[in-house]
Amino acid sequence: MTKINEDKVVAENETATNRKGKENENQIERLTEMAKRMRLAALDMALASGQNGSHLGGSLSCIEILAVLYGQILRFDKEDPFNQNRDRFIPSKNHCVLAHFPALAEAGFIEREELLEFQKDGGRLTGYPKRVEIGLEYSGGSLGMAVSVGIGIALNAREHSRPTHVYVLMGDGELNEGSIWEAFMSAAQYKLDTVTAIIDRNHLSYDGDTEEVMGIDSLKDKMKSFNWFVSECDGHDIQDLLRAFSEREIGKPHVIIADTVKGKGVSFMENRPEWHHHRLSKEQYEAARKEVLGGVSK
Amino acid sequence: MKVTPVNIRAWSKLGQRGAVFAIAMPEIASGQENIKLLTADLALLSGMDRFRNAYPEKFLNIGIAEQNMIGIAAGLAMEGDCVFATTYASFIAVRSLEHVRQHLSHLQCNIKLIGSSAGVVAAKSGVSHWATEDMAFMRALPNLTVLSPCDCLEAVKAAEYAAAVQGPVYIRLSGGLNCPVVYKEDYEFVMGRLVPLREGRMVAVIATGLMVSEALKAADLLEEEGISVSVFNMHTIKPIDKEGLAEIFENYSMVVTVEEHNVIGGMGSAVAEYKAGFEKSPKQVLIGFEDCFAKAGSQRYIWEQRGLTAGQIAGKIKEEWSMMKHD
Repeated sequence: MTKINEDKVVAENETATNRKGKENENQIERLTEMAKRMRLAALDMALASGQNGSHLGGSLSCIEILAVLYGQILRFDKEDPFNQNRDRFIPSKNHCVLAHFPALAEAGFIEREELLEFQKDGGRLTGYPKRVEIGLEYSGGSLGMAVSVGIGIALNAREHSRPTHVYVLMGDGELNEGSIWEAFMSAAQYKLDTVTAIIDRNHLSYDGDTEEVMGIDSLKDKMKSFNWFVSECDGHDIQDLLRAFSEREIGKPHVIIADTVKGKGVSFMENRPEWHHHRLSKEQYEAARKEVLGGVSK
Repeated sequence: MKVTPVNIRAWSKLGQRGAVFAIAMPEIASGQENIKLLTADLALLSGMDRFRNAYPEKFLNIGIAEQNMIGIAAGLAMEGDCVFATTYASFIAVRSLEHVRQHLSHLQCNIKLIGSSAGVVAAKSGVSHWATEDMAFMRALPNLTVLSPCDCLEAVKAAEYAAAVQGPVYIRLSGGLNCPVVYKEDYEFVMGRLVPLREGRMVAVIATGLMVSEALKAADLLEEEGISVSVFNMHTIKPIDKEGLAEIFENYSMVVTVEEHNVIGGMGSAVAEYKAGFEKSPKQVLIGFEDCFAKAGSQRYIWEQRGLTAGQIAGKIKEEWSMMKHD
């Protein structure tokens, strides 16, 4: 494999976050509006899923992360979706579809109307499919597998000197899976600074508080000891997310621990484990929509 | 690859694993740019030095982390690599099973899973290092081709086949060093075809892996007892050779399957499943591990416990044949 520069330099990226002024404000406003539209779309999808219910809680916690990724960070061309130089977004917590599919609609990969068919029999969005032509790079669903896949993609890109950067979105509950730590170990071993893992640290898994079910703290210390470069941020603050994405250390894989709230944006869902997977009634939908439109949140 | 009688003898000394990794893989990589070879800390044992020295950029040691190895293989394959990933059959086929299901079976990544020391060749290491269920697991996964070569030449040919085709393949390597030679000269390996090795009239024995050479010896013993036995090598467990089997069911009144594997889910099961659809078909005797393990010891000691030596196979066939009504 190609050797890369091992100097431990924190790169001050010349990204939009470091530029002052109006452009910065516009960008934050644009991404905030995008996140709001995505949150509304997530509610539409949840309502459309009817009695089946859907994974609302863990999708609402990563809306801003995905808005920043698809609205600013990821390099892709929807007219040329297979271009090998593109960045890859690999959803490890693949049940984040209520956030991911609206992001794909924002990016122009799918129509907004199609979002409501995400559970339709025979539909092309049903069941965590891999469909690169519409931006679905990986079929996950089973937790703890995707970082390894991202490493393979990054190794191939490095061998062929492609600029591809791999972004893997992970849940915090899935960090209980052992094979993830195998992957963490190897990404650092191969000095893959083209891999960024974002941990949606919403502190809840299906059965409750992650620290009560099977604790993963201190996560920052764990990741540092695995030789990853660690950023921490408020996972609902666009500016803070942009800052976290802009940080990196040459020769080290990058993890962003994004502090989030499960069910973010809807007061009766926030920090409530039952909304991991739940059905949304018409009344609840209306109440939730009102809150999101008004920007009200506890 | 050039196949000569000298090569065949030399490769057999290395065993199936050595023949594939020390001989075949460097050859394959010399002619195919997108080859990758991944191991889980078994490079030395598998004789990968030559490959690693010649193609350091194509070689990855993932460490003792089989699940991660399959995931990394999947990522490489998604970007266009043809990835050989290997460790003991028990670890690659069983410990990594869900990762294999997701990436090889569901996503059909171009990964060639090489399970070494299948069967009980790791005899004295005990049950943890044996693989007597791997065919059952791999066979149940949609989209996988499952190969089980009988000797070192066939193992080399199976690896060449796997490299040449797009899509997931599992190769079950059995036998240790000084693996018995079944093919004394070159032959054409055709994936999915039963290979008739010995012609007889009364009983058809279908064997796979290391059991092929035992079955041939058993057939010689039975010949002396007046029972004329055909022996077929089933090197492809999936897709199964329906045409070849139909012909066997037509022409013999007794079929015997022999495998160094559990009789549940393995090659014998595959034959029985297909045979079930025939209105008239011969009796089948399944020889293998009868839903059990064995006490650790030498490979021969284990075979003796499970009735897998040539003499025991012959005895079982004679007994079953004598119990049948013959017109």
